[in-house]
Amino acid sequence: MAKNQKTYYEIAIEKGYSRRDFMKLSAMMAAFLGLESSSIGQVARALETKKRPPVIWLHGQECTCCSESFIRSSHPLVADILLDQISLDYTETLMAPSGYQAEKSLHDTIEAYHGEYILMVEGSIPTKEDGVYCCIGGKTFEEVLHESVDGAKAIVAWGNCASSGCVQAAKPNPTGATPVRKLVKGKPVINVQGCPPIAEVMAGVIVHLLLFGQIPELDRLGRPKAFYSRRVHDTCYRRPNFDAGLFVQSFDDENAKRGYCLYKMGCKGPVTYNACGVTEWNNGTSFPIKSGHPCLGCSEANFWDNGPFYEHLPKFPGFGIESNADKVGLGLSVATGVGIVAHAISTNIRKRKLIQEGECEPEENES
Amino acid sequence: MDKALQSERMLMHPKYVWEVPVRIYHWANALSIAILSVTGYIIGDPPAIQSASEASYSYWFGTVRYVHFIFAYVFLVNFVFRVYWGFAGNRYANWRNYIPYSKRHWMDMWEITKVDVLQVKCSNNPNLGHNALASFTYFLTFLAFLLQVLTGFGIYAAMSPAWFPQLFAWVPALLGGDLLTREIHHILMWFFILFAMVHVYLVFYHDYIERNGVTSSMIGGWKFQEEGKEEREIELDK
Repeated sequence: MAKNQKTYYEIAIEKGYSRRDFMKLSAMMAAFLGLESSSIGQVARALETKKRPPVIWLHGQECTCCSESFIRSSHPLVADILLDQISLDYTETLMAPSGYQAEKSLHDTIEAYHGEYILMVEGSIPTKEDGVYCCIGGKTFEEVLHESVDGAKAIVAWGNCASSGCVQAAKPNPTGATPVRKLVKGKPVINVQGCPPIAEVMAGVIVHLLLFGQIPELDRLGRPKAFYSRRVHDTCYRRPNFDAGLFVQSFDDENAKRGYCLYKMGCKGPVTYNACGVTEWNNGTSFPIKSGHPCLGCSEANFWDNGPFYEHLPKFPGFGIESNADKVGLGLSVATGVGIVAHAISTNIRKRKLIQEGECEPEENES
Repeated sequence: MDKALQSERMLMHPKYVWEVPVRIYHWANALSIAILSVTGYIIGDPPAIQSASEASYSYWFGTVRYVHFIFAYVFLVNFVFRVYWGFAGNRYANWRNYIPYSKRHWMDMWEITKVDVLQVKCSNNPNLGHNALASFTYFLTFLAFLLQVLTGFGIYAAMSPAWFPQLFAWVPALLGGDLLTREIHHILMWFFILFAMVHVYLVFYHDYIERNGVTSSMIGGWKFQEEGKEEREIELDK
């Protein structure tokens, strides 16, 4: 299998891409990684000379939207080279072999490239009932993951499922869906968040791993800082409307037509870290807010449980589905006001003697 | 003449209780909490204005947030100062008043509950400083201050390039994201609103039944104590 390793450049040329296409990819990747234009050459050189690292791409509890997103990357080379080639080793959805052959290919890669391959995981890992909710080739996904983790050089968790459990981990989490980070000890896990992550972000992470041979700088939640250091809110083109206090109040009002801020429609942009406002989606065509829909916060943990999607304040636990902190707070204020009035009345009755004479009843007097 | 006005409890001794720094702290705190609550509520639920104007003509929501951030710093500095004064100030301001570490403190709290909350017992021997229940409540508010500072500066960290808010960047990470951090920050605002309601009422209440000038004491610093009553304060191990 070792002979199999080619550089990305070799693969691109074999596939009939021109050097010009290749250089475009290098420039794009350098831009996504936030590098200076002078380093485009370094990116190209890395793609030309460095051997493609073997990759195992596992699928657990997920919908494959991460893979779907990735193959829709704006530059055809990204999907063609990166995905096509990395799928060679093992990825359930796209690889050629099936059955025992496929399992053998996984096993072979783990053996032959121990300590060298990159493990990419799409999907969460069910842990309840010994993990029976997701079995592949007669093994639970948890077992497959643990087998693959030992020899991995780096681990990439694609999407919200692998990073924080996504919809499977939403309450009541019947399968005990668990993100990769909680099951892997002592190895760096890169959380490429989003449901799905942006294709260019995924490609950018792969190129970074390849180019520098080390994991990118991560934030405190394990996300690459290059793409997740800023809030969607801070890069949103509707932000001036927020600062001007111009808000959409309903999806069919005049303000929505004018493209005002979706803050009051439950936009989670102010609490969501992602690159949507910068790279956008589908070759820079649009992103949810640009299409008039509030951000759901899909690159944040528990975004399914932090609803409602279309209201600014989350529901208040224990007070029913229509509750939020303001409604509960107002209710408590009214209750407090009633209590104060009751206490004031009680004071005038029970402490009448004290109020009038400045002394308690002799028999009640204390000290 | 009315009987109450001829009360024999006329011989009251003035006692200096709240020092100048405590009084300044109190009013700075009250002002910043009021402004932070109002601006914070507007930030959480802004009035939507039907307007055909362009965003470039207005910045009012940005200004509301700016005021909130400014007073967040005022609040924090004031709070830190009060913690310091808990060590430097007089016995009524001392930090030992606030933490119920002794059995006697808990007994006193139950006593105050019986006299002032449940009103099943009559007593006319008010504390000069905070009573046991009040000081415990202030201890809880100090914890709320701390949580509010942690969550507030935690979410502010992402919006500011300054070094100081970055010291709080671990808070949202610990809580798993900005949304829960913001939610806690928002819920705590209601704690302050409820606290303020009860606090102001109880000042009226104590002034009404105890005649010791508690309302003006936070302006002038002086309270009154009846002749012959011994000081009934929380024991400080000094």
